[in-house]
Parts: sequence; structure tokens; C-alpha cells
Amino acid sequence: MSRMRTDTFTVNGERREVAYPAHHTLLEVLREELALTGTKHGCDLGECGTCTVLVNGEPILACLAMAADMAGKSIETVEGLATGPVLHPLQRCFADMGAAQCGYCTPGMLMSAKALLAENAAPSEDEVRSALAGNLCRCTGYQQIVEAVRAAGSELKTQGCGAKGAASHG
Amino acid sequence: MAEVKKPGALIGTPFRRVDAVGKVTGRTLYADDLVFPRSVHMRLLRSNVPHAEIVSIDVSAARALEGVVGVLTGRDMPEPFGILPVSQDEHALCLDKVRFVGDPVAAVAALSEEVADAACKLIKVEYRALATIAGYDDAIDPDKDLIHAYGDDRNFHKKLSMRFGDLDAGFARADLVLEDTVFFEGNTHLPMEMHACTAVPEGDGRVAVHSSTQTPHYLHKALTKVLGIPASWIRVIATTNGGGFGGKTDPFNHEITAAKMALALGRPVRIALSREEVFMCHRGRHPTLMRIKTGFKKDGSIVAQHLKTLLDGGAYGSYGVASTYYTGALQCVTYKIPTYQFDGARVWTNKPPCGPKRGHGTPQPRFAQEIHLDKAALRLGLDPAEMRLQQLQPAGAVTANWLKIGSMGLGPCINAVVEGSRWKERRGKLGFGRGLGIACSSYLSGAGLPIYWNHMPHSGVQLKLDRSGGVAVFCGETECGQGSDSVLAACVADVLGIELSDIRLCVADTDLTPVDLGSYSSRVTLMMGNAALQAAERAKELISGPVAQELGVPAGRLVFADRRVFDSENPACGRSFAEAVVIAESKLGTLGTTGSYTPPRAPGRFRGAGVGPSPAYSYSACIVEVVVDPGTGLVHVPDVWIAHDVGRALNPVLTRGQVEGGIYMGLGEALMEESAFRRLPKKLSNALVHKFPNMLEYKSPTFLEMPRIHTTIVEDPDPNGPYGAKEVGQGPMLPVMPAVANAIFDAVGVRVDQVPIQPWMILKALAEKERGGAGRFGPAEFPAVDYGAALHVPTPEEGGDGKARNADEVGIKGGTMTETRKEIR
Amino acid sequence: MLRLPELDFLSPSTIEEALQMLADDPSGTRVLAGGTDLVPNLKRRHQHARRLVSLGRLASLRGVSGDPAHGLRVGAMTTLRSILKNEVLEQHWPGLIAAVRSISSPVLQSMGTIGGNLCLDTRCTYYNQTEEWRSAIGYCMKEAGDTCWVAPSSSRCWAIAASDAAPLLCAIGARVRLASTRGERELAVEALLCDDGIAYLSKAPDEVLTDVLLPPAGTWKATYWKLRRRGSIDFPVLGVGTALRVGKNGVVEDVRIFLGAVASAPVRALAAESILQGHILDETTLVSAGKAAQEVATALDNTDFTMTWRRQMIPHYVAGTLRELADLPRVGLLGADGLEC
Repeated sequence: MSRMRTDTFTVNGERREVAYPAHHTLLEVLREELALTGTKHGCDLGECGTCTVLVNGEPILACLAMAADMAGKSIETVEGLATGPVLHPLQRCFADMGAAQCGYCTPGMLMSAKALLAENAAPSEDEVRSALAGNLCRCTGYQQIVEAVRAAGSELKTQGCGAKGAASHG
Repeated sequence: MAEVKKPGALIGTPFRRVDAVGKVTGRTLYADDLVFPRSVHMRLLRSNVPHAEIVSIDVSAARALEGVVGVLTGRDMPEPFGILPVSQDEHALCLDKVRFVGDPVAAVAALSEEVADAACKLIKVEYRALATIAGYDDAIDPDKDLIHAYGDDRNFHKKLSMRFGDLDAGFARADLVLEDTVFFEGNTHLPMEMHACTAVPEGDGRVAVHSSTQTPHYLHKALTKVLGIPASWIRVIATTNGGGFGGKTDPFNHEITAAKMALALGRPVRIALSREEVFMCHRGRHPTLMRIKTGFKKDGSIVAQHLKTLLDGGAYGSYGVASTYYTGALQCVTYKIPTYQFDGARVWTNKPPCGPKRGHGTPQPRFAQEIHLDKAALRLGLDPAEMRLQQLQPAGAVTANWLKIGSMGLGPCINAVVEGSRWKERRGKLGFGRGLGIACSSYLSGAGLPIYWNHMPHSGVQLKLDRSGGVAVFCGETECGQGSDSVLAACVADVLGIELSDIRLCVADTDLTPVDLGSYSSRVTLMMGNAALQAAERAKELISGPVAQELGVPAGRLVFADRRVFDSENPACGRSFAEAVVIAESKLGTLGTTGSYTPPRAPGRFRGAGVGPSPAYSYSACIVEVVVDPGTGLVHVPDVWIAHDVGRALNPVLTRGQVEGGIYMGLGEALMEESAFRRLPKKLSNALVHKFPNMLEYKSPTFLEMPRIHTTIVEDPDPNGPYGAKEVGQGPMLPVMPAVANAIFDAVGVRVDQVPIQPWMILKALAEKERGGAGRFGPAEFPAVDYGAALHVPTPEEGGDGKARNADEVGIKGGTMTETRKEIR
Repeated sequence: MLRLPELDFLSPSTIEEALQMLADDPSGTRVLAGGTDLVPNLKRRHQHARRLVSLGRLASLRGVSGDPAHGLRVGAMTTLRSILKNEVLEQHWPGLIAAVRSISSPVLQSMGTIGGNLCLDTRCTYYNQTEEWRSAIGYCMKEAGDTCWVAPSSSRCWAIAASDAAPLLCAIGARVRLASTRGERELAVEALLCDDGIAYLSKAPDEVLTDVLLPPAGTWKATYWKLRRRGSIDFPVLGVGTALRVGKNGVVEDVRIFLGAVASAPVRALAAESILQGHILDETTLVSAGKAAQEVATALDNTDFTMTWRRQMIPHYVAGTLRELADLPRVGLLGADGLEC
């Protein structure tokens, strides 16, 4: 049957040894081998942005990344955003400002937004739109997402864990 | 009019939606996130030919493949199903013929999805090809093979004709008669979540189906019919939908097949569709060709309208009969149209079936009507906004086609967008290449009739009051992102004066929750909301008696607020809500209430009157600003002003989100989204395939295409709505497409009478204008269709009684939604 | 879930090791760079591999090095995102930055590499489809079939070149270095890309594209304009890479114009170039150059929009690049990546 590999993945700061078929993408390893179903998938072909996760702080699409290429790298998923029961400012702003409707694109949006805020804690509206342009949403029309990302940015900034602080979590 | 309920502390505030935390943490489990022990994976083999008889299916090699545990074909589920009682034309797996590329013919369950896939490729299907029916021309051609053995006339699935009032006299009074031929291309829902389900055998012969469906109740009915086991043995649980937009409102092949497979194997069976398969399931917007003819007086008032529609239905019935009626149903609820004729028809073609997408059947004629009005205003020298304002239907009116309007806030909507966009100063004065366009619309707050005829409530809510002070709320409603869970929880919490966190929801489970018909036709807020209010008011009453007695105050003076029950005249005198429940339970025993909602009876009494009535109609006005580059034909939309009469915004943040999402989808339909098909050269091939069933080439706007949206929420409470609330999920999208088209005309002086409006269409129209032509791009002709004799229904204005004058003379072939009444009962 | 076929995954830690792995089974092995093109193509089964050789661990193939004055070297595995963040490139080759910025979307830019973008498979809406879909049309010439459905009587495949970097790199005369166990060779980007929808690369299957070599900075002023439906995600349906050198007297000393997405390789607009050579770059000249550029394009019905309109757009886009490079005022609202209002 499938050719299996065993590798160690660091997901949300936790090191996990995983045996998995060599042809699996990071998406399959996250959702199926690690049961981290917070990362969703909308096309499996790199066309919609739904499965965005962070690898070494950069947003990538889990459906296009060979899992074997990701071994040893620092992977961050939506499950790693909150600190225990305390929501990340992005999560709080998304929740309160209508940025999640059906919620299916939300994990990917959050991860793209986190990468943006790590570089630029006070993005303009245009900067948010450009940085998130690879993440499709069919519900919101995007406006409330833009507002939530910017609000989270200012919250992070006033908390004194702006660009630098956010990056250090990566 | 009945009094509109006043909100408590919660309703009308921007409270956090109850499902928000689950969604932002990744904890919410969608259908494909569920994993059950011993699950096997199912894949469907789908037809790769557009139209053929199945000669044979050989599954032996698939069965023999290691890892395969089960194989099913059509013979295993011969009972047909379909969402409408009159269109039971689908099989879970095709029986004897396939009708489009994507029609499922066999199913394989295996230990892994990879093995299931590989096994599907080992199945040999022998087909005998039939003629490919690619579009209107093929469908109307009397010599072509038939796609179905039923319908109104060969490949016509449905034909209908209805005349309201003395149309000829209406046209005779006109100062101006305009005629337009308009085309609206098909497009699809494209929810971010692909359909998925898991069927789990439970107990002795029972099965539970966890599925991303907007209509668990109707899926339950279809499963009952096809599986042939008692309904009480089947449980449908709708998982949180990752977007629906109408795309998950039919019972689907994969759901029924998974249930059958799970029963056959005695173990859970999961299936998750690929994005391409979602395009195959479709049931989205019907491509619709329209001929609209309207008579106007000099002052812009309408004296008569005759609308003909021709829908390309794809391969199955789905909601098509309703869709066809809907292309004519709501033309009269915005403006006064005293006489009206509607002729509608739907043809079969060898493409994925069409059905309801946001706006269900009404965006197409709305587009036709609103660009038509723009042209009329120009001809009559009237301001298009002003002209519309003068023609508004009054609140409480009954239209020529017998729809009863409740509250009607379109006037304030028009005023809001006219003011916001500075329409009067700016329209026609922005210079060549920039323009403003206006359009209006209306939509149902739920269909007045259920899909199958019955006298039961459309929505039911059950409350269980707990000694802890918590309230468990049971309802069949389905969350698909629109916020129905939050509306349900908020209505109950608002009435009982408790917090959202005190509410425990149990929803969308046909075993545990009372029926709600589903998340379609923008019905949930109004119908479920009313049911929830009734249940909560009953709970309040239940608690009030014993508590009043305990406190020694009249029950009528008790107030439920701040998690307390207290005397309004002496707020210190009271009990916590939890204590109040204990007092009541001690006195009355276990506490629970129910509430339900049935829409009022509509005044129409003619065949076809079942489509269009609603307890309340929402209204929207929209102004779009466009920038058109006349060199390339490229269009940019910098700003959209939208005002929507929602009756009452139960939560302003969520309401705005629905409005903005509607604008988004509307702009997609206006400028880029289309279900396009490839018909290979006929001499070489029969093939007919979706041109690009993927998210790269089916163009859904990104962050960068979205304009600034200026939203005004107008609140004209409707006596039928909970707290006066009406719908917001679908209506705000409808005026966007015509407003874009009208704005393009204002910008560069040419008309594109079809959507999506593509840059080359604008260039062609500009070139034609330069050559001295009309400067129009759009369909030239409407085919000759015999719609049959019209049903004559006198209007309320003419003193009609809602019945047709010639019902006995007009033989209507096939079914309407309502005429199945006798059969079903 | 749409999944990859079973395969072996190899991740060599030196380039020599990688080349040997390729030499062992050149027909069954594919080089994996960012994966943004290869992975979907493998999932849809129109490209095939028994083994993937990932270049992910080869640090030597990443990064920008060298002296701008003598010509920078960009490692083939340098991600598009790191190119966009590279200040030296930004300073000396803003046109390359413009082209790279227009590639797909930010999430794909942090995966995709410059080498991968150059080696992008040619695209066609009859080809970039699942196995199931393609079986419904009896496949096509590019994969498993006989007919090119874009032009059924044609004996060749008309899939189009969809790289955004390629037209720009062709225009500035960039070169690439290829390595195999047989040795190294260098060739112009223009020579790497072949106008054949099937054999679109002159790179042999056992060769790895290791470096992209830019000419000395200051030799060209270059830019890239892209036509696509949306401001993100989409492949080009037309891309224009233009490189210009103007003398002190304002006369065009040299110009190179390459059109992407109108043929199976970037096409050089020679007729347009000759109209410009030796002339002052004014509005009249550049408009006629734009019109002349249209002649080389064979836009066909295999991507978004209609072919006629895409062809009509060529003069606008060619003229647009020339106006930008000549600092002439913009005509209309068209900018490098759609309308700019």
C-alpha cells in the first residue's frame, strides 16, 4: 500500500512524531493524522486560500505543501492562536465585528491576517486587502473582515505586543 | 395592524454571535471534520457522457480491489426522489440513463479514499449515446431525444401562463410601450465548504446522517422515501454549513447513497465531495432569457406589463417548477403594476440541474425590470430615482397577482441612497467614463407555503427550563452562516431577560428538534423567530404565575430582565431567574414550552398562487458608481450605496454583514460569475462539460474587487415579523446587477442587457454606437414558445376574488406546486 | 479530498545528490520547488511522477547574490515573497518586482519560487482539469489524447505560457543556469521557453534550473503589465514585459517587448520593436508600436475572456508599458495591473 514516512512536525509549538503516507500534503497530515480539523479546505488546488497556515511565520497553503517538506519547520494553525481560553485579539475582533459568518474561510483568514500584523501592526485598509487577497470569502463581502483585522492591529499595538510581539509567537 | 413587539435588552444590540468563538478557534465541526470509529470512505463514479442510456455496469473489478468494502449501483435504490413532490425525477444512482456529465452511476466504499477512488476507475459502464441537449435551441428542437419521460411538452419541463387583469386595456392606455430582450447567465453558489456527510448506523436498523445541508427536514423525507424504512428510524443532523446560498437545499445523491451504504455495511460511511463535484451538484441560478414589455404613462406610472421567461433548467427538476413561477412572482411588489401577464417555461438540458440560489428565480426578472425602467425614465425625461418613488406600492396593498404586502420601506430606502450618493448633483454629470445607476428590489421573508402540502407549522421551537437558570432551546433550524443560531438564542434570551450564555441550543436534528423547514427562502428569522417568541412568552407566563404568588404581586407587573424576575413597581422585590424557575418547577413540575409558526393564508386562490406569497417583504434600493474605461471596456466599482428595509435589525452588525455579503455576490453576478459550458464540435464529439468547475476560473471576487459599501438599515417594522423583523439574506443582492448595468449606461451611454457584463460587450456596444447604432449589447431574439392558454385572474382592483375566471377551461399539463395537494393528502 | 497519487518523496541535502536522483529515473521523477503548479497538476493527474525530488533543503539555491553592476544572481529556489522583500532587486529591477508582485496571491508568493514560475507548465482550460473532466472530452493532445480542442484541426498543442516573470526576464535578456550530472550550461530565458504547448521547456528532464542571472543593472529600464480578471490569484491572460534603453537625445537605443499568455512561450514583438528603434518615444510612435505588437499574437479560446478581446487589449498594454518607461502621461485609466482609479 502507501509508502509511509515518519517525521517530526512542530505544530503550534508542540512536537509530534507522525507516521503518514509520503504523498500526503500538510493539509492531510494536519486534518487526518493530527486531527487538527481547524484548518479547512475549499478546493484542494491552491485556488481559494481556505487552508492557509503559517510556516516559519509565513502564510502558505497546506493543500499545496508536501508534508515531508514541512518536517522540522514551525507550523502554526488556528488552534494555536488563542492562549488557553484567552482569544487572540484577531479572534476577538473577528467574533465581535461580524468577520465570521459561515466561518469556513475564517481560520485561513486569521492566519493570513496574523502574518500581516506581524509585519505591519497598523495596516491601512488597502494593505489589509492586498495581504488577504488570496483568501476568498463568499459570505461577508470582506468589509467586516478588513475592519476586524485593523481593530486587532490597534489592539495588539496598544497592548505593546505589536509587530514584534506578534512575530515572536510565530 | 397588529402591534409590533418591543425589544428587551438584547435585541437590536450588536451582541457577539453565539457561534463566533467556535468559528474563530477552529472548534466548530463542519461535516468533513467529523470522524466516527470504523468509518469507511465513499466515492461516487459519475457519468462522463452528457446523455446516454446505461447498457451495462460491471463493478466486478472494483469489488475485487483490496480495501473495497462495498459497491452500490442504481438497482440498489430504484425509488426516485426530488425536492418537489411534482418532480420526483432523480435517483440516488442513475438507473437506466445518465443526463449530464457528473450524474452519479455507482458508489464505492473502501478503507481509504484513495482506494475508493481507484475502485471507481475500475468500474466499466457501457453507454448508448443520445443526442446532447446543450441549450435552448436543442431543447426546443422537436427532433431531439427526450431527457425525461415526463414534463409539459417534450423537453419543456414546465410551461405556464397567467394573466392578471385586462392587459390589453392596460397597454391601450399607455403613452409609451417598451420592449426588451434580456439574458441572465447561470451562476453558482460556490460555498467555501464543499458538501460532505457521514452516515452512521444507530441501534437496530436505524441510521443517522450528519450532513452539510440547509434542509435537514426535506433530506429526511427523501431518505425515508428511497431507503424504504420508517421515517422514525432515520435521523438527519445538519452540521454547521460552511456557506449555503441555496446550494445545500436539495436532498443529494451522495447523502442518500451514504445512508444506504452505511445500512448495508453496518458501519459509518463518510463522503466529502471535491470542488468539481460541487459544481456538478449545482442547483444554482438558472440561465434565463426574458422578454419584457411594459406600458407607461407620461408620468412614469406603469399601466401594464407582460413578461416572458425561458429557463435553462439543466438535467433534473430540483426546485425548477418553483423557480419558474418565481421568475414572474415578485414583479409587482415594488411598483404599482395594475395589469400583468407572466408566461414562464423551463427546459431540460444535459447540464447540472439548476435550482435556488440567493434570490431564487427573482434576480433575473428583477434585472430585466430595473434596466427596463431606467430606459423608460430616459425616454420620458424623468429622474429614474424620482420615477420609482412615484410608483411605489403602498404598505398593506394587495398586488395585481394577489400578493399581500405588509410594511413597505422602499421610499426611505430610495431617499437614503439618493442622498448618500448625492445622486441629484452627480448623476449624468460625472463625465464620460464614470456613472451612477439605481435599482430597487424586494424579497420574501419566507415562502407562504411549504414545499409539500400540509397544515402543520413551518417552524417549531421547544424550550426546556432548567433549575440552574439555563434554558435549552430545541429547533430544527440550520445555521449556514446567516446567524440563525444567534437569532434563535437572542429571541429567547431577550424575552426571558437572561444572557445568551444561559442558552443552550440544540438545533437541526430531526430526532431531537421540532421541525423547521430549513434555511431557504429567507424564512428563518421571521418564522423561527416568531416560534421562538411564542415559546419564550409561554415560558414567561408559566414562570410568572408561581413567582407572582410567591412575591405577592400581580403577575402582570413582573418584569424579566438582568437575569431576574421582579416587580416593575418595586424592582428590589424579585428573584433571580434561576430561583424563579425553581419556584415554578416546584409548583408545576418539569418546565417546558413550545412555540410554532404558520404563515397567514395568502389571498390568491388560483393555480400557481402558491408561489410568491410571504408573511412580509423586504425592500432594498441600491446605487452603484462605476468607472468604465472606454478603451478596454474594463469596469471598476468604487462605491455602492445600499439601503435595506429589514423591518427591524435584530443585530445591526449581523444585519450589515448580510447586506454587504449580498452586495458582494451581486457584483460577482453582475461582472464576472458565470456557469459556462463547453460543447465540443458536434462533428467530433457529443461532449458537453462545465467550462471550468474550479475556483480559479469560476471568478469569485477577491478583497480587491470590493468597493466601499455605504449601508443604511431602514427599519419599517412589519406586523408579521418578530419584533417587526423581515429578511436580509437575499434581498440586498437583487438590485446590484441592474444598478451596475444602469450605471454603465450613465458612464458611457451604452446598454448591456445581459449579465455578467463583460468588457468586450461594452466595447462592442460602444463600437456599434459609434457606427450610428443603438449602442446595445444583448440577446437579439426571443424564441417562439407556445406557453399555452393563459389563466385569467381578475385583479383586486377589478374586484376579483383571487380566483381564476377560466380555471376549468385552461388545462394545465404537468404539475404546479399546489395542485399536488390532493395526492399528498 | 482531491489527493496526490502515491509517490516517493526524496529530499536531498546537496545539489549533487539531487542531480543524481534525477539522473537515476529522469522520466519518472519530477523536481519539486514551491509546488504551487506541480502539486495541483499531479492531483488532477495531468502531470505524473513516481518520485518527487524536493529542492527544499538546498539552501544554496536560495537568495540573491552578486554585484548589481555585473549582474545579480537569483537562486532558482528563492521564493517570490523574498524577491519582493529584496531591497537590491527593488532598487535595480523594479520591473521584475512588478512582475513578481502580480503573480497569484500573497499566500502563493510565499511558496512559489522564481525558478518554478519560469518552468510553469503551459495552461489551457481543456487541460487544467481533473482526470474525470478530461475523460469527458476524450482527453486532449497535451495529455493522453490526440486532439487539440482549442483548434481541432491543428497538429500542435496551443496551451499558453502563463508565467508572469518570463516575459519580463526575456525582455531584459536574463539567462538561466541548468545543472545535471552531465554538467552545467547557461542559456537565455528566451531559449529556455519553447513555443510548443507540450515541449515548452528546452530543459532536459534530468536538469535542474539552479540560477536566474540578471544582466548588469542599468542596462535596461523595464516593466511588466498584466491583464487578468481579478486583482489577485489569477494567471495572466496577457502579460507584457518591456525593456527599454533611451539615449541622451531621447532616441530609443534598444527595446525588447515580450508578450506572455498569447502563445505557448513569450512572444517577441519584433515589428513593434522596429517601429520604436531609433525613434523618439512619443505618443504616436508608441501607439503604432502597440498596434504592430498585436500581429504576433495568436490568442485562442483556452483561458478567461474571449480571444478577440484579449487580442484587442495588446495595443493598450504594450503602449501602457512604453508610456510608463518613457514617463509619458497615462492615457485612460489602465495601469500595470488593471484599472487604477
